[in-house]
Amino acid sequence: MKKTYQCRLVKKEELCSGLYDFTVEAPEIAQSAETGQFLHIACGGASFLRRPISICDTGETTVRFIFQVKGEGTRELAKHEPGDMIDIMGPLGHGFSVKPGEKAAVIGGGIGVFPLLKIARDTDSAVFLGFRTKELVVLEEDFRAASQNVTVCTDDGSYGYNGFAVAAMSEYLTENRPDAIYSCGPAPLLRIVKQIAENMNIPCQLSLEQRMGCGIGACLTCVCETKNEGMAKYQQVCTCGPVFDSKEVVL
Amino acid sequence: MAGMEVEYCGVKFRNPIVTASGTFGFGYEYDEYAPLTEYGGFTAKGLTRQPRPGNKPPRIAETPNGILNSVGLQNPGVEVFAEYLMPELAKKFDTNVIVNMSGNTVDEYAEMAEILSGTDAALIEMNISCPNVKHGGMAFGTDAAVVEELTAAVKKRCQKPLVVKLSPNVTSVADIARAAEAGGADGVSLINTLLGMRIDINTRRPILANNTGGLSGPAVKPVAVRMVHEVYNAVKIPIIGMGGVMSGADVIEFMIAGARLVALGTGLFIKPDMIFDVKREMTEYMERFGIDDINDIVGTLELN
Repeated sequence: MKKTYQCRLVKKEELCSGLYDFTVEAPEIAQSAETGQFLHIACGGASFLRRPISICDTGETTVRFIFQVKGEGTRELAKHEPGDMIDIMGPLGHGFSVKPGEKAAVIGGGIGVFPLLKIARDTDSAVFLGFRTKELVVLEEDFRAASQNVTVCTDDGSYGYNGFAVAAMSEYLTENRPDAIYSCGPAPLLRIVKQIAENMNIPCQLSLEQRMGCGIGACLTCVCETKNEGMAKYQQVCTCGPVFDSKEVVL
Repeated sequence: MAGMEVEYCGVKFRNPIVTASGTFGFGYEYDEYAPLTEYGGFTAKGLTRQPRPGNKPPRIAETPNGILNSVGLQNPGVEVFAEYLMPELAKKFDTNVIVNMSGNTVDEYAEMAEILSGTDAALIEMNISCPNVKHGGMAFGTDAAVVEELTAAVKKRCQKPLVVKLSPNVTSVADIARAAEAGGADGVSLINTLLGMRIDINTRRPILANNTGGLSGPAVKPVAVRMVHEVYNAVKIPIIGMGGVMSGADVIEFMIAGARLVALGTGLFIKPDMIFDVKREMTEYMERFGIDDINDIVGTLELN
């Protein structure tokens, strides 16, 4: 039987302004979580719905997730201090299917980089991380520990590669052909990654985001458009995703 | 559980707690958090004559103590349900299944009622109040004469108890309930969602792709309780009450107002296993007031 868990916050760090790195004690979730799955978190305060937040990493009994304060819910969540209990459902959703050791291009933008950390670690990866500017670069050390080949990019050129992560990946792809591409980030990034992957005929998995209700597939609110027709045209991001084969979805 | 059994339109429910259509899928998702046998029954996702893809996302927006949704009746169609889904549900779950249907025309409603009458469904709930589809839906539910005519036409081809789901987006919900009763409805359920809108002030556009959506959750509960009370005084047929139930106390409140069955809905999104707490709280209430039979509290409201 699945359930909701009361999880103790054991570690809290503000990585940069409004971006929080939380580690909670959650043995059941830690043991069953797959890369790319998410937590559905009751943030407290006046926020009503749970908030879906992707799992960044897992330890033996702990789960790590990173989130940006964007609105009511995440603002409440950020108020929690170590020792506090957090109401969490999870792990939820359909994660990445990764073949350990395969040659992979891993590309993320902004807060979309977090669910990619484990893929970077588990594959022979080339990682491309995009941020708007130097102050927003996070998790670089974690990714460098996970992969031999990490390119940090900033849109304004204030740090690392000068330009978008997709541009850096495109350069890489002129001389390399990975077995798979894994991506998570804002819609414009995913759209280009999908296009590149399809043009080069490289299998590609994308992690999508959508405003969500129940988180377990029942309410049909968090859908994305797919290439199917009829009832299956829209599919739940919470259960059919959040990770989709790029060829299935319309972005 | 002692004293929880309820009869609704001749159907036995092991307790008065059911679920609201559209919040509960076809039951499977929630069965993983609490066995469906914990409920008196559940209401399946609303069906239409033909399969529907539903509306474009975003389909949900948070509001103070509630949500707006505009799913737009995404469903596999009544035939797939009758032929494949319902037999599976009947085999897998020992509980009452309430089926919910929406039509574009009187004929479509009647035809669906006929198809669903051939299934193991316990009750048929006729949705005349969906705010999120362009044709049919709410348009049927806001005119008393239309409601009576529609109900009468559907009733002729319906072999199951017919429950009419009422819209709160009307001037007098009691008038619509009376019309449903006059048309031969066996019960009424209320409330469906209240039509609402949220605007993103940065883009000056509605958050929902469909612009407007239906409001549900605790925000609507006082409206729902008031309407159940009004309908209880207006008709003799039994009521399924719903709107923002988050606790056992909320279920009791709806029953005092006049509901025989009470549906959990949006609250399940936050507490998918809330049925356990709801039942425990109800039992505690019954013990505190020495109530042996939950039926004894239905419609016991005394006005000031």
